[in-house]
Amino acid sequence: MTTNIEQKVNETWGQPFVDEAKISIRNMDVFYADKQAVFDVNLDIAKHEVIALIGPSGCGKSTFLRCLNRMNDTIPICRVEGDISLDGENIYANEMDPVLLRARVGMVFQKPNPFPKSVYENVAYGPRLHGLALNRAELDEIVVTSLKKAGLYNEVKNRLHSIATGLSGGQQQRLCIARTIAISPEVILMDEPASALDPIATAIIEELIDELRKNYTIAIVTHSMQQAARVSQRTAYFHLGRIIEVGETSQIFTNPQHELTENYITGRIG
Amino acid sequence: MNNTEQIKKSLNKRYRKEKRFRFLSLLAVLIGFACLFILLVDMLVKALPAFIQTEVKLDIHFSQEKLGIATHFDPEELQNANFRGLIKQSLQQLFPTVHKRSDKRAMMRLISVDAEYRLRDKLQAEPHLLGQTVQIWLLVDDDVDTYLKSDKQFGRVSQEQIAWITELEQQERFQKRFNYWFFQTGDSREPELAGILGAVMGSFYTLLVTLLLSFPIGVMAAVYLEEFAPRNRWIDFIEVNINNLAAVPSIVFGLLGLAVFINFFGLPRSAPLVGGIVLALMTLPTIIIASRSAIKAVSPSMREAALGLGASKIQVAFHHVVPLAMPGILTGTIIGLAQALGETAPLLMIGMVAFIVDIPQGATDAATVLPVQIYLWADSPERAFVAKTAAAILVLMLFLAVMNGLAVWLRKKFERRW
Repeated sequence: MTTNIEQKVNETWGQPFVDEAKISIRNMDVFYADKQAVFDVNLDIAKHEVIALIGPSGCGKSTFLRCLNRMNDTIPICRVEGDISLDGENIYANEMDPVLLRARVGMVFQKPNPFPKSVYENVAYGPRLHGLALNRAELDEIVVTSLKKAGLYNEVKNRLHSIATGLSGGQQQRLCIARTIAISPEVILMDEPASALDPIATAIIEELIDELRKNYTIAIVTHSMQQAARVSQRTAYFHLGRIIEVGETSQIFTNPQHELTENYITGRIG
Repeated sequence: MNNTEQIKKSLNKRYRKEKRFRFLSLLAVLIGFACLFILLVDMLVKALPAFIQTEVKLDIHFSQEKLGIATHFDPEELQNANFRGLIKQSLQQLFPTVHKRSDKRAMMRLISVDAEYRLRDKLQAEPHLLGQTVQIWLLVDDDVDTYLKSDKQFGRVSQEQIAWITELEQQERFQKRFNYWFFQTGDSREPELAGILGAVMGSFYTLLVTLLLSFPIGVMAAVYLEEFAPRNRWIDFIEVNINNLAAVPSIVFGLLGLAVFINFFGLPRSAPLVGGIVLALMTLPTIIIASRSAIKAVSPSMREAALGLGASKIQVAFHHVVPLAMPGILTGTIIGLAQALGETAPLLMIGMVAFIVDIPQGATDAATVLPVQIYLWADSPERAFVAKTAAAILVLMLFLAVMNGLAVWLRKKFERRW
């Protein structure tokens, strides 16, 4: 039985490729010094889809996600091999500026991490950084629109200039999302965005993700299979640094093809 | 015996241990406080006489012929006028029985050498006093001052002088007043004229130079080492050496200042500029080490948040990391500056130990600093300098207290924003 599984993990089951890929990943390996964390991953992320990345802890899904906007550049021992392209451009090419890349591929982190500044300043930081607003009025417009898109505006409209760390956890996370969409990225990467939140805040975030899909491509790492099932169109199952199976979310959760996927989603491992 | 009993048995022992520990900690705190208290009280008591100065009232006749000046005199003329003669005359009127030359000289020694300059200033300010007799308060010599302050126990005064002092006292010609002079003048050989302002200004300019050099360099070095430097052998080597630098005896920095800044670059001797540079070198390791730990303590999530929005490394560092680390950086800086303020040894090597009367007007004027002034006064034989020394120590501690207060205030100010 064990040998059977080992043989099968070397290839990805399901449909990793799509016709209109926003991001396509081919033969990606990631190493931390000598230790390999991600093995030969092949995956396409389609435009305007929400793809959920699930899998047990330490399976490399966060590492994988952070490679998509080169956040792992900050870790000196981290090395990425293979081909990752955004709209056909290799993001690890020398011509690709990581600053520009991160403006196009935004990221929301596991723990809400607003800057210890005012709500307004948090959202305005990105547009200011990239010179997206020509004047104060435009900046105000961007801030308000972003907060509205993140479903936070009504809650904070009277305290735009009070400190952001005074918001509740769920509000902080939505503020981080507002901050990310303020610079209109093409892709948003979310690393367990609701893991630190209560169910009500989680529900609000999930609704928000569904809403954001109209304009953005979203890749979300999650530990909650219900969440993956609720928000995503496609799901990829990671196991020990490999993608075992990718497919339509409904299919993955109702009719997994691979034994490991089935074990995980039925709660036998993970 | 079951578990509960076992635990119960050990509980008493644990509580005893805790009690003992608490008692010892409290004791340590109390001992610390007691030492500080004793030091402060001792200094205050010793310094008190320095803040009071005795003056004597003399009837001065601004006699035109005695001064040897014209009726409508030129201010220039006053420079050479014989004001000393006026004092002599006034004292002779008080003690007409004194005739011997040596006694007359002893009588003149009751009054501070500064008295004639005060008379000159007075006449310069009010020329109409010429030809009139005025009662003027003049400083007494430090020996007389010490004699009076110590209830006639100390002071280098002769029997004749004691007789004159007693006579003056009976005529109620002495008064004790607050010694504002002490805060307005530089050093002097005469204790009654010696002031702290020269050393205070010297310390101020020195620290200013130190701050302007060590703060930006230290913070930049810390930012580079924490945020940008690659992890390699070179950087390790630099790190080790920064830590070693913090342990180098300060006199060595003084020698370096003498050899490099004064002898090689030809910067002025005894100047706060050189002192400030030397102390900046000494303070750098403190600031770098403190800044690095403050920068290290900034949550990585802040860096990620900014990076994720497309901030470049330098923007991450200066928009987020440095402002968040600022309270810690400032604390380190103030600690370093406080160290620099109290430093004597390196300044001896670059000539800031010289006897300097003038109050420095800038960083390139010859100057001395507070701790060196304390050392100089402590070394002086006149008894009056004992009180001056204690007073200078108080001023130094006040300086430190103000700096620490500033540090606390800055910390609060920067922390409130976050």
